[in-house]
Amino acid sequence: MALLQRVAEQGRRVVRFTLDGRPVEALEGDTVMTAMLTNGERLRRTEFADTPRAGFCMMGACQDCWVRTEEGERLRACGTFIADGMRLVSGGEWTS
Amino acid sequence: MSELLPPVIVGAGPAGIRAAERLVAAGLRPVVVDEAARWGGQIYRQPPDGGFTRPKTALYGFEAGKADAVHRAMAAIRDRVDYRPRTLVWNCEAGALDLLSDGTSEILPFSHLILATGATDRVLPFPGWTLPGVFTLGGSQVALKFQGCAVGRRVAFLGTGPLLYLVAYQYLKAGVEVAGVFDTTPFAAQARATTGMLRDPATLAKGLLFVGWLRAHGVPIHNGVRPVRAEGAERVEALVWRDARGQERRTGCDAVAFGLGLRSETQLADLAGCRFRFDEADRAWLPERDGAGCSSVPGVYLAGDGSGIAGADAAELAGERAALALLEDLGRPVEAARVKELDGRLARIAAFRRSLSAAFPFPVDWAAAIADDTMICRCEGITAGAVREVARSGQAREMNRAKALTRVGMGRCQGRMCGATMAELLSRTLGTGPDGVGRLRAQPPIKPLPIATIVPSPRGGEGTDGREVA
Repeated sequence: MALLQRVAEQGRRVVRFTLDGRPVEALEGDTVMTAMLTNGERLRRTEFADTPRAGFCMMGACQDCWVRTEEGERLRACGTFIADGMRLVSGGEWTS
Repeated sequence: MSELLPPVIVGAGPAGIRAAERLVAAGLRPVVVDEAARWGGQIYRQPPDGGFTRPKTALYGFEAGKADAVHRAMAAIRDRVDYRPRTLVWNCEAGALDLLSDGTSEILPFSHLILATGATDRVLPFPGWTLPGVFTLGGSQVALKFQGCAVGRRVAFLGTGPLLYLVAYQYLKAGVEVAGVFDTTPFAAQARATTGMLRDPATLAKGLLFVGWLRAHGVPIHNGVRPVRAEGAERVEALVWRDARGQERRTGCDAVAFGLGLRSETQLADLAGCRFRFDEADRAWLPERDGAGCSSVPGVYLAGDGSGIAGADAAELAGERAALALLEDLGRPVEAARVKELDGRLARIAAFRRSLSAAFPFPVDWAAAIADDTMICRCEGITAGAVREVARSGQAREMNRAKALTRVGMGRCQGRMCGATMAELLSRTLGTGPDGVGRLRAQPPIKPLPIATIVPSPRGGEGTDGREVA
Protein backbone atom coordinates (compact mmCIF):
# COMPACT_ATOMS: atom_id res chain seq x y z
CA MET A 1 0.00 0.00 0.00
CA ALA A 2 1.34 3.38 -0.99
CA LEU A 3 2.06 5.94 1.72
CA LEU A 4 1.73 9.02 -0.49
CA GLN A 5 -1.44 9.52 -2.54
CA ARG A 6 -1.45 11.28 -5.90
CA VAL A 7 -4.18 13.92 -6.02
CA ALA A 8 -3.04 16.05 -9.00
CA GLU A 9 -0.48 16.36 -11.84
CA GLN A 10 -0.94 12.82 -13.07
CA GLY A 11 -0.48 13.57 -16.78
CA ARG A 12 3.32 13.45 -16.67
CA ARG A 13 5.58 11.04 -18.53
CA VAL A 14 6.00 7.62 -16.89
CA VAL A 15 9.43 6.78 -15.46
CA ARG A 16 10.36 3.14 -14.86
CA PHE A 17 12.63 2.07 -12.01
CA THR A 18 13.01 -0.86 -9.66
CA LEU A 19 12.18 -0.93 -5.96
CA ASP A 20 13.65 -3.86 -4.05
CA GLY A 21 14.08 -5.63 -7.37
CA ARG A 22 10.45 -5.14 -8.40
CA PRO A 23 9.79 -3.11 -11.60
CA VAL A 24 7.57 -0.13 -10.75
CA GLU A 25 6.51 3.21 -12.23
CA ALA A 26 6.73 6.84 -11.20
CA LEU A 27 6.20 10.13 -13.04
CA GLU A 28 8.75 12.55 -14.41
CA GLY A 29 9.39 15.28 -11.85
CA ASP A 30 8.82 12.94 -8.91
CA THR A 31 11.44 13.01 -6.23
CA VAL A 32 12.92 9.64 -5.28
CA MET A 33 10.82 10.02 -2.13
CA THR A 34 7.57 10.41 -4.08
CA ALA A 35 8.53 7.61 -6.45
CA MET A 36 9.24 5.18 -3.60
CA LEU A 37 6.35 6.19 -1.33
CA THR A 38 3.71 6.00 -4.09
CA ASN A 39 4.90 2.39 -4.57
CA GLY A 40 5.51 1.42 -0.96
CA GLU A 41 5.30 2.57 2.61
CA ARG A 42 8.88 3.23 3.66
CA LEU A 43 12.22 4.52 2.42
CA ARG A 44 14.49 2.45 4.65
CA ARG A 45 14.87 0.75 8.01
CA THR A 46 17.01 2.40 10.65
CA GLU A 47 20.37 0.95 11.58
CA PHE A 48 19.65 1.23 15.31
CA ALA A 49 16.22 -0.21 15.83
CA ASP A 50 15.31 -1.76 12.46
CA THR A 51 12.22 0.45 12.42
CA PRO A 52 10.75 1.80 9.17
CA ARG A 53 11.29 5.44 8.15
CA ALA A 54 9.66 7.46 5.39
CA GLY A 55 11.16 10.94 5.71
CA PHE A 56 9.77 13.81 7.72
CA CYS A 57 10.48 17.40 6.59
CA MET A 58 10.60 17.01 2.78
CA MET A 59 12.81 20.08 2.48
CA GLY A 60 16.32 18.83 3.05
CA ALA A 61 16.63 19.69 6.74
CA CYS A 62 15.89 16.53 8.75
CA GLN A 63 18.07 14.09 6.78
CA ASP A 64 15.57 11.32 7.58
CA CYS A 65 15.03 10.34 3.95
CA TRP A 66 18.43 8.92 2.96
CA VAL A 67 17.98 5.85 0.78
CA ARG A 68 20.34 3.42 -0.89
CA THR A 69 20.65 2.27 -4.45
CA GLU A 70 21.44 -1.38 -5.20
CA GLU A 71 25.04 -0.27 -5.81
CA GLY A 72 25.18 1.15 -2.28
CA GLU A 73 25.10 4.83 -3.26
CA ARG A 74 23.29 7.03 -0.72
CA LEU A 75 20.73 9.57 -1.96
CA ARG A 76 18.67 12.16 -0.10
CA ALA A 77 15.28 11.11 -1.40
CA CYS A 78 13.47 14.46 -1.00
CA GLY A 79 16.08 16.34 -3.00
CA THR A 80 16.86 13.86 -5.79
CA PHE A 81 14.64 13.33 -8.82
CA ILE A 82 13.73 9.85 -10.05
CA ALA A 83 15.26 8.74 -13.35
CA ASP A 84 14.63 5.83 -15.68
CA GLY A 85 16.46 2.69 -14.65
CA MET A 86 17.23 3.67 -11.06
CA ARG A 87 17.52 0.63 -8.79
CA LEU A 88 16.45 1.58 -5.28
CA VAL A 89 16.16 -0.46 -2.10
CA SER A 90 14.05 0.13 1.00
CA GLY A 91 15.43 -2.64 3.20
CA GLY A 92 18.07 -2.22 5.88
CA GLU A 93 20.05 1.01 5.75
CA TRP A 94 23.44 -0.68 5.44
CA THR A 95 22.46 -3.69 3.33
CA SER A 96 21.14 -3.87 -0.16
CA MET B 1 40.13 45.23 -3.88
CA SER B 2 37.41 43.46 -1.94
CA GLU B 3 34.72 45.93 -3.12
CA LEU B 4 35.21 44.43 -6.54
CA LEU B 5 33.71 41.13 -5.40
CA PRO B 6 30.05 40.78 -6.31
CA PRO B 7 27.64 40.71 -3.36
CA VAL B 8 26.51 37.20 -2.51
CA ILE B 9 22.95 36.25 -1.54
CA VAL B 10 22.24 32.86 0.02
CA GLY B 11 18.67 31.75 -0.60
CA ALA B 12 16.26 32.42 -3.47
CA GLY B 13 13.05 32.76 -1.52
CA PRO B 14 11.07 36.00 -1.08
CA ALA B 15 13.88 37.70 0.89
CA GLY B 16 16.74 36.64 -1.39
CA ILE B 17 14.88 37.53 -4.58
CA ARG B 18 13.86 41.00 -3.39
CA ALA B 19 17.42 41.63 -2.22
CA ALA B 20 18.79 40.59 -5.61
CA GLU B 21 16.27 42.74 -7.42
CA ARG B 22 17.33 45.83 -5.48
CA LEU B 23 21.05 45.18 -6.03
CA VAL B 24 20.49 44.67 -9.76
CA ALA B 25 18.55 47.95 -9.90
CA ALA B 26 21.66 49.64 -8.48
CA GLY B 27 23.75 48.19 -11.30
CA LEU B 28 25.39 45.33 -9.37
CA ARG B 29 25.51 41.69 -10.45
CA PRO B 30 24.93 39.63 -7.29
CA VAL B 31 25.61 35.92 -6.96
CA VAL B 32 22.42 34.13 -5.84
CA VAL B 33 23.08 30.69 -4.38
CA ASP B 34 20.12 28.39 -3.72
CA GLU B 35 19.79 24.75 -2.76
CA ALA B 36 16.61 24.25 -4.79
CA ALA B 37 16.39 23.62 -8.51
CA ARG B 38 14.00 26.55 -9.04
CA TRP B 39 13.65 29.87 -7.27
CA GLY B 40 10.79 30.74 -4.91
CA GLY B 41 11.94 29.36 -1.54
CA GLN B 42 9.67 27.08 0.48
CA ILE B 43 6.39 28.98 0.77
CA TYR B 44 6.48 30.01 -2.91
CA ARG B 45 8.23 26.83 -4.01
CA GLN B 46 7.67 26.06 -7.69
CA PRO B 47 6.91 22.58 -9.04
CA PRO B 48 9.75 20.84 -10.89
CA ASP B 49 10.26 21.58 -14.56
CA GLY B 50 8.28 19.56 -17.05
CA GLY B 51 4.74 18.24 -17.07
CA PHE B 52 3.30 20.05 -14.06
CA THR B 53 0.24 22.03 -15.13
CA ARG B 54 -1.65 23.36 -12.10
CA PRO B 55 -2.04 27.15 -12.22
CA LYS B 56 -0.56 29.30 -9.47
CA THR B 57 -4.03 29.93 -8.05
CA ALA B 58 -4.25 26.19 -7.34
CA LEU B 59 -0.73 26.02 -5.88
CA TYR B 60 -0.69 29.13 -3.71
CA GLY B 61 -4.37 30.02 -3.18
CA PHE B 62 -4.83 33.54 -1.80
CA GLU B 63 -1.07 34.09 -2.05
CA ALA B 64 -0.95 33.32 -5.80
CA GLY B 65 -0.50 36.99 -6.70
CA LYS B 66 2.39 37.41 -4.29
CA ALA B 67 4.02 34.13 -5.35
CA ASP B 68 3.72 35.09 -8.99
CA ALA B 69 5.17 38.57 -8.35
CA VAL B 70 8.18 37.07 -6.54
CA HIS B 71 8.71 34.49 -9.31
CA ARG B 72 8.47 37.18 -11.99
CA ALA B 73 10.85 39.47 -10.14
CA MET B 74 13.54 36.79 -10.33
CA ALA B 75 12.74 35.93 -13.96
CA ALA B 76 13.12 39.61 -14.87
CA ILE B 77 16.64 39.84 -13.45
CA ARG B 78 17.73 36.31 -14.37
CA ASP B 79 20.28 37.55 -16.94
CA ARG B 80 21.74 40.12 -14.57
CA VAL B 81 22.50 37.81 -11.63
CA ASP B 82 24.98 34.96 -11.29
CA TYR B 83 22.31 32.41 -10.30
CA ARG B 84 23.53 29.11 -8.80
CA PRO B 85 20.59 26.72 -8.29
CA ARG B 86 21.03 23.19 -6.84
CA THR B 87 23.96 24.54 -4.84
CA LEU B 88 24.47 23.94 -1.13
CA VAL B 89 26.45 26.45 0.92
CA TRP B 90 28.11 24.13 3.43
CA ASN B 91 30.51 26.46 5.18
CA CYS B 92 31.31 30.11 5.74
CA GLU B 93 34.65 31.22 7.11
CA ALA B 94 37.43 33.72 6.48
CA GLY B 95 35.40 35.79 4.05
CA ALA B 96 34.42 32.94 1.78
CA LEU B 97 31.66 30.39 1.32
CA ASP B 98 32.12 26.75 0.44
CA LEU B 99 29.63 25.69 -2.20
CA LEU B 100 28.69 22.20 -3.32
CA SER B 101 27.14 21.66 -6.72
CA ASP B 102 26.98 18.40 -8.72
CA GLY B 103 29.42 16.71 -6.38
CA THR B 104 32.07 19.40 -6.68
CA SER B 105 32.92 21.92 -3.99
CA GLU B 106 34.04 25.43 -4.78
CA ILE B 107 35.20 28.39 -2.69
CA LEU B 108 33.39 31.66 -3.26
CA PRO B 109 35.03 34.69 -1.61
CA PHE B 110 32.76 37.56 -0.64
CA SER B 111 33.01 41.07 0.73
CA HIS B 112 29.26 41.55 1.24
CA LEU B 113 26.89 38.71 2.08
CA ILE B 114 23.11 38.62 2.52
CA LEU B 115 21.87 35.52 4.34
CA ALA B 116 18.26 34.68 3.47
CA THR B 117 18.35 31.08 4.61
CA GLY B 118 14.70 30.58 5.58
CA ALA B 119 13.15 28.26 8.12
CA THR B 120 11.77 24.80 8.69
CA ASP B 121 9.08 23.46 11.01
CA ARG B 122 9.74 23.56 14.74
CA VAL B 123 8.85 20.20 16.29
CA LEU B 124 8.71 18.41 19.59
CA PRO B 125 8.73 14.63 19.85
CA PHE B 126 5.85 12.35 20.81
CA PRO B 127 5.73 8.57 20.87
CA GLY B 128 5.40 7.26 17.33
CA TRP B 129 6.61 10.42 15.63
CA THR B 130 9.12 8.49 13.52
CA LEU B 131 6.46 6.19 12.02
CA PRO B 132 5.99 6.42 8.25
CA GLY B 133 3.05 8.77 7.74
CA VAL B 134 4.10 11.38 10.29
CA PHE B 135 5.38 14.40 8.37
CA THR B 136 5.92 18.05 9.22
CA LEU B 137 3.23 20.56 8.24
CA GLY B 138 5.69 22.25 5.89
CA GLY B 139 6.61 18.90 4.39
CA SER B 140 2.94 17.99 3.92
CA GLN B 141 2.50 21.24 2.04
CA VAL B 142 5.59 20.56 -0.09
CA ALA B 143 4.16 17.13 -1.03
CA LEU B 144 0.96 18.75 -2.26
CA LYS B 145 2.42 21.83 -3.94
CA PHE B 146 5.63 20.37 -5.37
CA GLN B 147 4.54 16.80 -6.13
CA GLY B 148 0.75 16.79 -6.39
CA CYS B 149 0.63 14.25 -3.56
CA ALA B 150 -1.11 14.03 -0.21
CA VAL B 151 0.75 12.45 2.71
CA GLY B 152 -2.21 10.11 3.27
CA ARG B 153 -5.85 9.37 2.46
CA ARG B 154 -7.11 10.55 5.84
CA VAL B 155 -4.82 13.08 7.48
CA ALA B 156 -4.78 14.45 11.04
CA PHE B 157 -3.34 17.97 11.44
CA LEU B 158 -1.57 18.50 14.76
CA GLY B 159 0.23 21.40 16.39
CA THR B 160 0.01 25.16 16.26
CA GLY B 161 0.82 28.13 14.04
CA PRO B 162 -0.68 29.62 10.88
CA LEU B 163 0.43 26.63 8.78
CA LEU B 164 -1.81 24.29 10.78
CA TYR B 165 -5.07 25.69 9.42
CA LEU B 166 -3.64 26.72 6.05
CA VAL B 167 -2.36 23.24 5.15
CA ALA B 168 -5.50 21.52 6.50
CA TYR B 169 -7.56 23.84 4.27
CA GLN B 170 -5.33 23.16 1.26
CA TYR B 171 -5.67 19.40 1.76
CA LEU B 172 -9.44 19.65 2.05
CA LYS B 173 -9.56 21.74 -1.13
CA ALA B 174 -7.43 19.10 -2.89
CA GLY B 175 -10.05 16.48 -2.04
CA VAL B 176 -8.22 14.78 0.81
CA GLU B 177 -10.12 13.67 3.88
CA VAL B 178 -9.09 15.71 6.93
CA ALA B 179 -9.51 13.58 10.07
CA GLY B 180 -9.38 16.65 12.27
CA VAL B 181 -7.40 19.67 13.33
CA PHE B 182 -5.74 19.08 16.69
CA ASP B 183 -4.63 22.50 17.88
CA THR B 184 -2.36 22.60 20.92
CA THR B 185 -3.52 26.13 21.74
CA PRO B 186 -6.37 26.55 24.22
CA PHE B 187 -9.37 28.24 22.63
CA ALA B 188 -9.32 31.12 25.13
CA ALA B 189 -5.74 32.09 24.26
CA GLN B 190 -6.64 32.24 20.60
CA ALA B 191 -9.72 34.36 21.21
CA ARG B 192 -7.73 36.83 23.31
CA ALA B 193 -5.02 37.11 20.69
CA THR B 194 -7.57 37.88 17.99
CA THR B 195 -7.77 41.44 19.30
CA GLY B 196 -4.11 42.01 18.48
CA MET B 197 -4.56 40.37 15.11
CA LEU B 198 -7.02 43.09 14.12
CA ARG B 199 -3.90 45.05 13.18
CA ASP B 200 -3.88 42.96 10.03
CA PRO B 201 -7.53 42.30 9.14
CA ALA B 202 -6.69 40.57 5.86
CA THR B 203 -4.58 37.90 7.55
CA LEU B 204 -7.12 37.51 10.32
CA ALA B 205 -9.90 37.13 7.74
CA LYS B 206 -7.97 34.42 5.91
CA GLY B 207 -7.43 32.54 9.17
CA LEU B 208 -11.13 32.75 10.00
CA LEU B 209 -12.00 31.65 6.47
CA PHE B 210 -9.83 28.53 6.77
CA VAL B 211 -11.46 27.66 10.10
CA GLY B 212 -14.94 28.38 8.73
CA TRP B 213 -14.36 26.32 5.60
CA LEU B 214 -13.03 23.37 7.61
CA ARG B 215 -16.01 23.50 9.99
CA ALA B 216 -18.49 23.83 7.13
CA HIS B 217 -17.06 20.63 5.67
CA GLY B 218 -17.52 18.76 8.91
CA VAL B 219 -13.87 18.74 9.96
CA PRO B 220 -13.64 18.52 13.76
CA ILE B 221 -11.41 21.21 15.28
CA HIS B 222 -10.11 20.55 18.77
CA ASN B 223 -8.29 23.12 20.93
CA GLY B 224 -5.94 22.55 23.85
CA VAL B 225 -4.88 19.15 22.51
CA ARG B 226 -1.77 17.21 23.53
CA PRO B 227 -0.62 14.19 21.51
CA VAL B 228 -0.34 10.90 23.37
CA ARG B 229 1.08 8.78 20.53
CA ALA B 230 0.89 7.93 16.86
CA GLU B 231 -0.10 4.28 16.64
CA GLY B 232 0.79 1.72 14.03
CA ALA B 233 3.15 -1.15 13.30
CA GLU B 234 4.73 -0.22 9.97
CA ARG B 235 2.86 3.04 9.37
CA VAL B 236 0.41 5.42 11.06
CA GLU B 237 -2.96 3.87 11.86
CA ALA B 238 -4.27 6.34 14.46
CA LEU B 239 -3.49 9.41 16.48
CA VAL B 240 -4.15 9.07 20.20
CA TRP B 241 -4.56 12.44 21.89
CA ARG B 242 -5.71 14.09 25.07
CA ASP B 243 -8.43 16.71 24.87
CA ALA B 244 -8.56 20.00 26.80
CA ARG B 245 -10.28 18.25 29.72
CA GLY B 246 -7.54 15.63 29.92
CA GLN B 247 -9.56 12.82 28.39
CA GLU B 248 -7.71 10.39 26.12
CA ARG B 249 -9.23 9.97 22.66
CA ARG B 250 -8.32 8.10 19.49
CA THR B 251 -8.72 9.22 15.88
CA GLY B 252 -8.14 6.79 13.03
CA CYS B 253 -5.94 8.23 10.27
CA ASP B 254 -3.13 7.12 7.98
CA ALA B 255 -1.04 10.28 8.28
CA VAL B 256 -0.26 13.02 10.77
CA ALA B 257 0.89 16.45 9.56
CA PHE B 258 2.57 18.13 12.47
CA GLY B 259 4.39 21.33 13.43
CA LEU B 260 4.68 23.99 16.13
CA GLY B 261 5.51 27.09 14.17
CA LEU B 262 8.85 27.58 12.45
CA ARG B 263 12.52 27.66 13.43
CA SER B 264 15.19 29.72 11.70
CA GLU B 265 18.09 28.22 9.76
CA THR B 266 20.91 30.10 11.49
CA GLN B 267 23.95 27.90 10.84
CA LEU B 268 25.63 30.13 8.25
CA ALA B 269 25.16 33.27 10.35
CA ASP B 270 26.85 31.40 13.19
CA LEU B 271 29.78 30.31 11.02
CA ALA B 272 30.05 33.88 9.68
CA GLY B 273 30.72 34.98 13.25
CA CYS B 274 27.44 36.83 13.88
CA ARG B 275 26.58 37.56 17.50
CA PHE B 276 23.43 35.82 18.75
CA ARG B 277 20.77 36.81 21.28
CA PHE B 278 17.90 34.87 22.83
CA ASP B 279 14.58 35.85 21.30
CA GLU B 280 11.61 35.42 23.64
CA ALA B 281 8.97 35.40 20.89
CA ASP B 282 10.70 32.67 18.86
CA ARG B 283 12.04 30.97 22.03
CA ALA B 284 15.32 30.55 20.18
CA TRP B 285 18.82 31.99 19.82
CA LEU B 286 18.92 34.20 16.75
CA PRO B 287 21.64 36.21 15.06
CA GLU B 288 21.35 39.86 16.05
CA ARG B 289 20.12 42.17 13.32
CA ASP B 290 19.22 45.82 13.40
CA GLY B 291 16.15 47.25 11.70
CA ALA B 292 18.03 47.44 8.41
CA GLY B 293 19.19 43.81 8.51
CA CYS B 294 22.82 44.48 9.49
CA SER B 295 24.35 41.72 11.63
CA SER B 296 27.12 42.26 14.18
CA VAL B 297 29.66 41.44 11.42
CA PRO B 298 30.37 44.26 8.96
CA GLY B 299 29.36 43.22 5.45
CA VAL B 300 27.04 40.42 6.61
CA TYR B 301 23.30 41.14 6.37
CA LEU B 302 20.32 39.05 7.50
CA ALA B 303 16.87 38.93 5.92
CA GLY B 304 13.74 36.83 6.17
CA ASP B 305 12.77 33.92 8.39
CA GLY B 306 16.39 32.70 8.66
CA SER B 307 17.05 35.27 11.37
CA GLY B 308 13.66 35.43 13.11
CA ILE B 309 10.22 34.20 12.08
CA ALA B 310 8.06 36.92 10.52
CA GLY B 311 6.60 35.29 7.39
CA ALA B 312 6.86 35.77 3.65
CA ASP B 313 5.54 39.35 3.40
CA ALA B 314 8.11 40.55 5.93
CA ALA B 315 10.80 38.54 4.14
CA GLU B 316 10.21 40.41 0.89
CA LEU B 317 10.50 43.76 2.67
CA ALA B 318 13.50 42.70 4.76
CA GLY B 319 15.32 41.40 1.69
CA GLU B 320 14.99 44.72 -0.05
CA ARG B 321 15.87 46.58 3.15
CA ALA B 322 19.07 44.54 3.65
CA ALA B 323 20.08 45.24 0.05
CA LEU B 324 19.63 48.97 0.67
CA ALA B 325 21.79 48.73 3.80
CA LEU B 326 24.44 46.93 1.74
CA LEU B 327 24.31 49.62 -0.95
CA GLU B 328 24.62 52.31 1.67
CA ASP B 329 27.71 50.56 3.09
CA LEU B 330 29.18 50.54 -0.42
CA GLY B 331 28.69 54.30 -0.52
CA ARG B 332 25.93 54.08 -3.11
CA PRO B 333 23.03 56.52 -2.98
CA VAL B 334 19.81 55.05 -1.59
CA GLU B 335 16.35 56.55 -1.70
CA ALA B 336 15.56 57.76 1.84
CA ALA B 337 11.80 57.68 1.24
CA ARG B 338 11.91 54.01 0.27
CA VAL B 339 14.00 53.17 3.34
CA LYS B 340 11.45 54.94 5.53
CA GLU B 341 8.53 53.15 3.88
CA LEU B 342 10.15 49.73 4.29
CA ASP B 343 11.03 50.45 7.94
CA GLY B 344 7.45 51.48 8.65
CA ARG B 345 5.95 48.39 7.04
CA LEU B 346 8.43 46.09 8.78
CA ALA B 347 7.58 47.67 12.14
CA ARG B 348 3.85 47.07 11.56
CA ILE B 349 4.50 43.42 10.66
CA ALA B 350 6.63 43.02 13.80
CA ALA B 351 3.71 44.22 15.93
CA PHE B 352 1.34 41.83 14.18
CA ARG B 353 3.86 39.05 14.57
CA ARG B 354 3.79 39.49 18.35
CA SER B 355 0.05 38.89 18.40
CA LEU B 356 0.50 35.81 16.21
CA SER B 357 2.95 34.43 18.80
CA ALA B 358 0.28 34.98 21.43
CA ALA B 359 -2.33 33.26 19.28
CA PHE B 360 -0.13 30.22 18.65
CA PRO B 361 2.05 29.84 21.76
CA PHE B 362 4.77 27.21 22.04
CA PRO B 363 3.35 24.40 24.23
CA VAL B 364 5.90 24.57 27.03
CA ASP B 365 4.16 21.91 29.13
CA TRP B 366 4.39 19.41 26.24
CA ALA B 367 8.18 19.68 26.35
CA ALA B 368 8.16 19.30 30.12
CA ALA B 369 6.02 16.17 29.97
CA ILE B 370 8.06 14.23 27.39
CA ALA B 371 8.50 10.73 28.85
CA ASP B 372 12.06 9.53 29.49
CA ASP B 373 11.69 6.70 26.99
CA THR B 374 10.49 8.95 24.13
CA MET B 375 12.97 9.14 21.28
CA ILE B 376 14.00 12.75 20.78
CA CYS B 377 16.82 12.24 18.26
CA ARG B 378 15.48 10.77 15.02
CA CYS B 379 18.97 10.39 13.56
CA GLU B 380 20.50 8.20 16.25
CA GLY B 381 17.53 7.02 18.30
CA ILE B 382 18.39 8.74 21.60
CA THR B 383 15.77 9.25 24.31
CA ALA B 384 14.73 12.20 26.46
CA GLY B 385 15.97 10.31 29.52
CA ALA B 386 19.55 10.39 28.23
CA VAL B 387 19.51 14.19 28.12
CA ARG B 388 17.89 14.52 31.53
CA GLU B 389 20.48 12.14 32.97
CA VAL B 390 23.53 14.16 31.89
CA ALA B 391 21.87 17.29 33.27
CA ARG B 392 20.83 15.70 36.56
CA SER B 393 24.25 14.15 37.17
CA GLY B 394 25.94 17.51 36.70
CA GLN B 395 27.88 16.38 33.61
CA ALA B 396 26.29 18.91 31.27
CA ARG B 397 25.08 22.41 32.06
CA GLU B 398 24.72 23.60 28.47
CA MET B 399 23.82 22.35 25.00
CA ASN B 400 27.21 21.55 23.50
CA ARG B 401 28.39 19.45 26.44
CA ALA B 402 25.06 17.60 26.43
CA LYS B 403 25.52 17.02 22.71
CA ALA B 404 29.00 15.61 23.23
CA LEU B 405 27.78 13.24 25.93
CA THR B 406 24.49 12.10 24.44
CA ARG B 407 25.04 12.64 20.68
CA VAL B 408 21.70 14.48 20.49
CA GLY B 409 22.36 17.20 17.92
CA MET B 410 25.33 15.32 16.49
CA GLY B 411 23.45 13.21 13.97
CA ARG B 412 22.76 14.01 10.34
CA CYS B 413 20.19 16.74 11.04
CA GLN B 414 22.75 18.53 13.24
CA GLY B 415 20.15 19.56 15.78
CA ARG B 416 17.55 20.91 13.36
CA MET B 417 14.88 18.45 14.54
CA CYS B 418 16.05 17.84 18.12
CA GLY B 419 17.70 21.12 19.21
CA ALA B 420 14.55 22.79 20.53
CA THR B 421 13.68 19.65 22.49
CA MET B 422 17.15 19.35 24.01
CA ALA B 423 17.07 23.01 25.10
CA GLU B 424 13.68 22.50 26.76
CA LEU B 425 14.76 19.29 28.53
CA LEU B 426 18.09 20.68 29.73
CA SER B 427 16.78 24.03 30.94
CA ARG B 428 13.85 22.43 32.72
CA THR B 429 16.03 19.80 34.44
CA LEU B 430 18.62 22.40 35.43
CA GLY B 431 15.98 24.89 36.53
CA THR B 432 17.24 27.67 34.25
CA GLY B 433 15.11 29.68 31.83
CA PRO B 434 14.99 28.54 28.19
CA ASP B 435 17.86 30.95 27.52
CA GLY B 436 20.04 29.46 30.26
CA VAL B 437 21.61 26.49 28.44
CA GLY B 438 23.21 28.18 25.44
CA ARG B 439 22.82 27.04 21.87
CA LEU B 440 24.29 24.37 19.63
CA ARG B 441 27.35 25.68 17.78
CA ALA B 442 27.10 25.27 14.03
CA GLN B 443 29.63 22.92 12.50
CA PRO B 444 30.73 22.73 8.87
CA PRO B 445 29.61 21.04 6.75
CA ILE B 446 26.18 22.30 7.82
CA LYS B 447 24.58 19.43 5.90
CA PRO B 448 26.07 16.00 5.16
CA LEU B 449 28.26 15.89 2.06
CA PRO B 450 28.86 12.80 -0.05
CA ILE B 451 32.29 11.43 0.84
CA ALA B 452 33.18 11.57 -2.86
CA THR B 453 32.84 15.37 -2.86
CA ILE B 454 35.80 16.97 -4.57
CA VAL B 455 37.06 19.64 -2.19
CA PRO B 456 39.43 22.29 -3.51
CA SER B 457 42.59 23.46 -1.72
CA PRO B 458 42.11 25.58 1.38
CA ARG B 459 42.13 29.34 1.09
CA GLY B 460 45.63 30.38 0.07
CA GLY B 461 47.11 26.94 0.83
CA GLU B 462 47.97 23.83 -1.11
CA GLY B 463 47.00 20.18 -1.07
CA THR B 464 43.88 18.56 0.26
CA ASP B 465 41.54 20.46 2.48
CA GLY B 466 41.61 18.22 5.51
CA ARG B 467 38.38 19.53 6.95
CA GLU B 468 36.17 16.85 8.34
CA VAL B 469 33.37 15.64 6.16
CA ALA B 470 30.27 14.22 7.81
